[in-house]
Amino acid sequence: MTHTPSLLQLSSVSKQFGGLSALSDVSLHIRRGEIYGLIGPNGAGKTTLFNVITGLYQPSAGEFQFNGTHYQTAKPHVLAQAGIARTFQNIRLFANLTALENVMIGRHVRTRAGVFGALLRNRATRDEEHAIAERARKLLHYVGISKPAQTLAKHLSYGEQRRLEIARALATDPQLLALDEPAAGMNATETASLKKLLKTIRDGGITVLLIEHDVKLIMGLCDRVAVLDYGKKIAEDVPEGVRKDPAVIAAYLGGGDD
Amino acid sequence: MKHTTIFSKMKFKPNPRSLLIALTIALLLLPFITDALLGRGWVRIVDFAMLYIMLALGLNIVVGYAGLLDLGYIAFFAVGAYCYALTGSPHLALAFPVAFPDGVHLSFWIVLPLAALLAGGFGVLLGAPTLRLRGDYLAIVTLGFGEIIRIFLNNLNAPINLTNGPQGISRIDAVNVAGAPLSATQNILGISFPSVHLYYYLFLAFTALVIFVSQRLEKSRIGRAWMAIREDEIAASAMGINTRDLKLLAFAMGAMFGGASGALFAGFQGFVSPESFSLMESIMVLCMVVLGGMGNIAGVILGGILLAVLPEVLRHSVVPMQQALFGKIIVDPESLRMLLFGGALIVMMLYRPAGLLPSRVRRRELGSDEVAEKA
Ligand SMILES: Nc1ncnc2c1ncn2[C@@H]1O[C@H](COP(=O)(O)OP(=O)(O)O)[C@@H](O)[C@H]1O
Ligand SMILES: [Mg+2]
Repeated sequence: MTHTPSLLQLSSVSKQFGGLSALSDVSLHIRRGEIYGLIGPNGAGKTTLFNVITGLYQPSAGEFQFNGTHYQTAKPHVLAQAGIARTFQNIRLFANLTALENVMIGRHVRTRAGVFGALLRNRATRDEEHAIAERARKLLHYVGISKPAQTLAKHLSYGEQRRLEIARALATDPQLLALDEPAAGMNATETASLKKLLKTIRDGGITVLLIEHDVKLIMGLCDRVAVLDYGKKIAEDVPEGVRKDPAVIAAYLGGGDD
Repeated sequence: MKHTTIFSKMKFKPNPRSLLIALTIALLLLPFITDALLGRGWVRIVDFAMLYIMLALGLNIVVGYAGLLDLGYIAFFAVGAYCYALTGSPHLALAFPVAFPDGVHLSFWIVLPLAALLAGGFGVLLGAPTLRLRGDYLAIVTLGFGEIIRIFLNNLNAPINLTNGPQGISRIDAVNVAGAPLSATQNILGISFPSVHLYYYLFLAFTALVIFVSQRLEKSRIGRAWMAIREDEIAASAMGINTRDLKLLAFAMGAMFGGASGALFAGFQGFVSPESFSLMESIMVLCMVVLGGMGNIAGVILGGILLAVLPEVLRHSVVPMQQALFGKIIVDPESLRMLLFGGALIVMMLYRPAGLLPSRVRRRELGSDEVAEKA
């Protein structure tokens, strides 16, 4: 394994939707072990950037490098296999499956049993199933879901659903965890415990890419922050630097940062 | 596990082992009981019901687990049936008199796996171009596929007579078990087993196998991946599930069940023709899956039994009833069957959209709700 300092590097990535440039010529790099914030007004292209690096969208131009491999067009499952896991801005859990099953599905990419394993249920398969369930339970506990593991995902509270998405993403053993507005809709207490959770995750060795609207959360948590506006990266710096950047103040923080 | 103890106290739960033994004995005696009480014709109906259950369980993999709406499923049944019809009958002598003067007479047990594999191949053939389609669009394409197969079977009697067209293929060899043809009454340990009874036991064994396979798949890494695709394909792919491969696998597995049932059907009936594989049959099997409870094995079995047996009950009651009341038949049982089907489905969608026996997850959830209320 190559240990380049940057885990993810975007080189001039653009994404067009018809006439609209959702991303134009965005370059950035995320270092191993940091919490990297991505902010910008609504419609700035943050989610689009996530969709590009997780293979849901093909970039119109440019490419990115993850963990030393170049990707231009790659299938989502290939990128998940490579070590990028994500959550969704508009929660996308497997609603009619249990919390436990949701996380167990996250283990799919790191496990092997196929049809024959399922039918024979031999020793190796049973051991693997046991390990999957065990790991999933631990992850539920880790992200702080106290409801029974058999609760259907759709019956969890909003905050718990966001945590469940994090647990499911963590189950894929990612190197990069990309979170799309994980604090959206959370109250102050929930946000505070989310912040703690993200720090724990980072301290566990996982690099975090965080889209967030809550500027305070970003400022108190991130090592570096990039700002998108109308699809362009207008700043990239440590939080204090971004806060003082005139372009950022003009575009985004403006009077909003009280 | 506090929950399970509370739950098990709330409900009477007989020892699963003794329940299974009782069920097995009942199933083993069923053809004799049916024969004694209702007559031999009903044993035949039970045999057909089991074929339908196998089909419905196969379709359940595609629709219930992977969430892919397939309206052409009966085509795989057709592929399996014609597979054995061609390789276990004198028919091919017509097309190739030199090569096969007596037709082809392969053993059923050789054809069965081949039929399943061929049908599985057709499943992939159907799956591959439809990978991007979902819901209504997928339903329309699969419907077309089912019809194409049927139309081929109808028309492949010229220039070479491969399928014998609408007349179908007859004189298909019976299934042999240990050298004894199941088409004749057999004496085993002094008990005489008529043909329909023998096929009953054959189908029972296969149904058990299909249930076993379904159950194992459902509670496996593969089964979970299918359900993830059913619930949210984008999230599933972002979690590292190769949705293309797994959808093809679902199509192939479902089709293999269909193909195997088709070969059994051909051997049992001794005759196949394209009209057994109409769109109505596909819809019928889909109704069994939906009515019983998509994704739930017990529900699908219940749906299969209800929809296979009820029409026969109708046929046997409506005609004599009308004859007694009006002296003639006003509504023929076939139309009445469709009317009742339609009505039942509408009522189901309104009041029990998850089916008569909803899938295990919902049931479990209801269970824990009950616990929460009691606690
Ligand atoms: N699939 C799509 N088709 C067309 N336009 C899109 C699509 N996805 C995003 N966009 C557009 O791209 C722009 C950026 O959107 P998005 O990345 O969701 O912004 P953000 O997450 O920063 O709020 C918006 O104008 C949005 O309407
Ligand atoms: Mg967004």
